Amino acid sequence: MPSTDIVIELDGVEKVFDVRRRVGLLRRERHEVRAVDGISFTVPRGEVVGYIGPNGAGKSTTIKMLTGILTPSAGRVRVDGIDPSRDRTRLARRIGVVFGQRTTLWWDLPLKDSYELVRRMYRVPDAVYARNLDACVELLELGPLLEVPVRQLSLGQRMRGDITAALLHDPEVLYLDEPTIGLDVVSKTRVREFLRDFNAERGTTVLLTTHDLTDIETLCRRVMVIDHGRVVHDGDLAGLHAVGRSERTLVADFARELPPVELPGARCVRVEGPRQSFAFPAGESAAPLVAALAAHHPLVDLSIREPAIEDVIARMYAAPAPAAG
Amino acid sequence: MADRPVPPAPAGAVADEALPGAWRARYDARRGPGHRAAEGMRVYGLVVGMWVRSTMAYRASFAMTALGNLAATALDFVTIVLMFGRVHALGGFTLPEVGFLYGTAGTAFGLADLFLGSMDRLGRRVRDGTLDALLLRPAPVLAQVAADKFALRRLGRIVQGLAVLGWSLARVDVHWTWWRAAMVPGMVVCGGIIFCAVFTAGAAFQFVAQDAAEVQNSVTYGGNTMLQYPPGIFARELVRGVTFVVPLAFVNWLPALRVLGEPDPLGLPGWLDFASPLVAALCCALAAAAWRTGLRAYRSTGS
Repeated sequence: MPSTDIVIELDGVEKVFDVRRRVGLLRRERHEVRAVDGISFTVPRGEVVGYIGPNGAGKSTTIKMLTGILTPSAGRVRVDGIDPSRDRTRLARRIGVVFGQRTTLWWDLPLKDSYELVRRMYRVPDAVYARNLDACVELLELGPLLEVPVRQLSLGQRMRGDITAALLHDPEVLYLDEPTIGLDVVSKTRVREFLRDFNAERGTTVLLTTHDLTDIETLCRRVMVIDHGRVVHDGDLAGLHAVGRSERTLVADFARELPPVELPGARCVRVEGPRQSFAFPAGESAAPLVAALAAHHPLVDLSIREPAIEDVIARMYAAPAPAAG
Repeated sequence: MADRPVPPAPAGAVADEALPGAWRARYDARRGPGHRAAEGMRVYGLVVGMWVRSTMAYRASFAMTALGNLAATALDFVTIVLMFGRVHALGGFTLPEVGFLYGTAGTAFGLADLFLGSMDRLGRRVRDGTLDALLLRPAPVLAQVAADKFALRRLGRIVQGLAVLGWSLARVDVHWTWWRAAMVPGMVVCGGIIFCAVFTAGAAFQFVAQDAAEVQNSVTYGGNTMLQYPPGIFARELVRGVTFVVPLAFVNWLPALRVLGEPDPLGLPGWLDFASPLVAALCCALAAAAWRTGLRAYRSTGS
């Protein structure tokens, strides 16, 4: 029953950095930065989890502890049953990692040579290698790029190249740190669709950090928000809206210009000539508002806008205490 | 927990074989320092082989840089020859004797430079974060750093060192016994290992001080240049430094003094002339400890 076992497990994980700052000519001041401040969560096999938060929230630090690059200051980490910092190389055979900001490939080598090196380094059996490479080359349209040195690839091409390299050895877990950063819309869509299909087909567990919430909407059933080194939300996207007290917007076009309309259960946030916008809680139905408007005012057209998730998260960060649950 | 061997698979074992990644299980049993070292050598060989193939894709370009490299290092010895046009001895050493020092130091250093010469880039990797990519691979980081950008053109230095050594061996006034003859390859091998340890320790220091590459270069390249001349021409404090602090004197000075029958300017006990293998082993142990400490510091503080 592979769907019920836990692949990623964090229990009270902390990471404290000792930052030395120079004060004056020779004196240095030491102070502690708690990049990760007591994070606990588990991820069952096959799940795709979005791990989001503002810059400096501790996302990358968490990923580095999950890959064995960094040793946690406290707490317990297990990935596929392995303690990453103690058994780094054994774990490395089981995980694939893609950093959006920088490549893990060999800069001066053609993609094909990089892949060949990965094959031999990870001791991937020929049949497995051929199957994975062929699938990635076809789906990510890498064919014409295999002979090109990595440094000559565009960002979108390089990202597809990096994703392929991370999947050649059948990883149990795939970490993606900002996989769509800096990509154009077409490349983003292609990468998202590939990851979605790959997860559906292989059941690879995916942990994804991103600033682009369309990534989350397309890929993740579960989203975790981290801020100041703590998990402040863990649930689905709808739950995130509720916690963030996000609002939908009802845009009404009237037959003529009107003074701001008073509407029970909503507030008028904008008046532009005959068009007025009303904000109301995302969890509420729009029907009574529409009925009330149509009954009392000369209505021409109506539309409803979903909240921008950026705003939802910004609101969560603004909220004083984590109300997650 | 993770050290426990995998328990025998229950009934679903056949189905598990079909899981992606089931092929991995057979490598998990291979553990321990012996396997680690073997795996390090294997990955070093893989990466080096790849760089050599990638260099050989442009044969003409490689031939030119290798020749240029050889010519530049060859000119280096020519300056010494020219100097001997004016003087007959340097610090009590004749030209063939200086050639003997030059050849042994140059070859030993050339070997270390060929195998580990790329390690002075570690500081940059720590600074720009590309070291993380190496920590994600299932291989010892040391092997990956050492093999990175392996430059076959560095063979030029070894070729030149061997040529000078061969030339000097034909001319030095030495009564060759079996132990004297055995000391020559011994100097090259032990010297190479000592330089390798210095490269590794220097790289380990770059985990802490990322701009330390120049300090390391002054010890390695500078040390190599120093060893090419007789110890008698340097200040005693400097000679003490390269004997007891960074034990480069064991690369060639002390054993060469014994082979050539020259007096030791420091008047050290005679058995030290034969201590190079011991010193090389000690240097390796210290360098390995330094490397582990540096890597641990990196993994607990981040870049």
